[in-house]
Amino acid sequence: MPFGLLKYGLSSQYPAKHHFTPSKDLKKHYDVVIIGGGGHGAAIAYNLAKYHGITNVAILEKAYLGGGNTARNTAVIRSNYLTESGVKFYSESVKLYNNLSNEFNYNVMMENRGQLTLAHSDAAIRSFRWRAEVNQHMGVRSELVDRQTISELVPNLNMSEDSRYPILAGLWHADGATARHDAVAWGYAKGACDRGVELHQLTEVEDIEITSGRVTAVKTNRGKVECGCVVQAVAGASSIVAKKAGIPLPIHCYPLQAMVTQPYKPILTPHVSSPQVHVYVHQTSRGEFVIGGGSDPYPLYNTRATLDQRESLSAAAMELFPFLSQARLLRQWAGTTDMTPDYSPIMGLSPVENYYLDAGWGTWGFKATPICGVTMAELVATKKVPEIIRPFELERFYRFEQINEAGATAASH
Amino acid sequence: MKLLTCPLNGSRNIAEFTYGGEYHATPDHISTSARDWAEHVFFHDNAAGMVTEWWCHTASSFWFLAERNTITDEVIRTFKADEIYTERIDFSAAKTESRS
Repeated sequence: MPFGLLKYGLSSQYPAKHHFTPSKDLKKHYDVVIIGGGGHGAAIAYNLAKYHGITNVAILEKAYLGGGNTARNTAVIRSNYLTESGVKFYSESVKLYNNLSNEFNYNVMMENRGQLTLAHSDAAIRSFRWRAEVNQHMGVRSELVDRQTISELVPNLNMSEDSRYPILAGLWHADGATARHDAVAWGYAKGACDRGVELHQLTEVEDIEITSGRVTAVKTNRGKVECGCVVQAVAGASSIVAKKAGIPLPIHCYPLQAMVTQPYKPILTPHVSSPQVHVYVHQTSRGEFVIGGGSDPYPLYNTRATLDQRESLSAAAMELFPFLSQARLLRQWAGTTDMTPDYSPIMGLSPVENYYLDAGWGTWGFKATPICGVTMAELVATKKVPEIIRPFELERFYRFEQINEAGATAASH
Repeated sequence: MKLLTCPLNGSRNIAEFTYGGEYHATPDHISTSARDWAEHVFFHDNAAGMVTEWWCHTASSFWFLAERNTITDEVIRTFKADEIYTERIDFSAAKTESRS
């Protein structure tokens, strides 16, 4: 309808309202202080406000909303993990994602395109069969597929038997998806702010005051705030923030680099990853090819891009999709990943009574955003650890009960 | 190409090296509790700034230590382990313990 735009322009709905509350002074006291205004922090605040009626909440973000690793991940959503705890947790997250746009009344551009992991060796096929069995048992759509099916799913994939690592089989995960990562953070933050949560950007936590095993206040660059409890959701800086509360964590931070090409017509539907050549590729709805998954070989708090990674990611991507040799790269960047020894997150209680951890998000944080919001909010509101996140508690390392999540990263396993 | 200076082999491409984790003093093998051992094995300072850590020149299997800045990605100094380990660690007491 040609007058639709004009009508909208003259209506009371235009201009659209600001998503978030304008910045104002910090209050003296909040019931809940959430450190970190990324997808996770916003999701926790949203769930506290909407489902638990807790609205005296401040999200303290040192830079801007969703500007950290929420903006730097490659927006892959999947649940084809290996351990029972992992599959249960991530499949719940995928279900929440599928309803997220309706939940917010805000488009997060969820696209259920499926994910294909490639096997180039007999050992990989064996591990894929294992994963497929675990996944199916838990109600997740995963199956082992042959070369014929792979050619049908991804017609432009290099299926040559003369390549260095010929493709033998694949793990097809129909539940795999992608979404707009910024929109996820914005949707959660908008929903939280609409219900009374305060988002404070450019507010960095400098110190955390602990009195007899309880956190009482946080000191920020904008003054001191007393609090009923604190939730830390600062993946990429977890060790640094937790140290202020005197909590050691089993985390090393590694940069993970990715890059995108110029836009092309839509020619690749699913997300394709290869643990053997160490790359994953998908085409965004804008047409760019996202090429990802190269970790630096040593820990670093620096998000610079390196020539080494550009070379190895390009070589791997071209082995799978030879036509990409003509592509020009638009951007290359890095995010900081909290790597835990068992490739699982650290969630729940900490040694400080009213200080809750949402850390250790390695390369699996974005896909867990909705379930994190639900479970961490429940923990804060009820003081009881939800069953689904109990396996991920920090204490597991002291009991030698790690969750060996070998299905955690799309490219490394 | 990023370079790293091996105390044995000199300046080499960093791709020839393997990162070996943070340097921590080894806990006493008799008196340390299981909880402290878990912390020693799994937990890290993960500091932003200067760190001391293990590296190995993969081609020659030579282990050494490096002082590195994890914010600027600069290696300040590399040195042989005998700067820190001036005498052999005596494990004989632990052996007696395990036999009994």
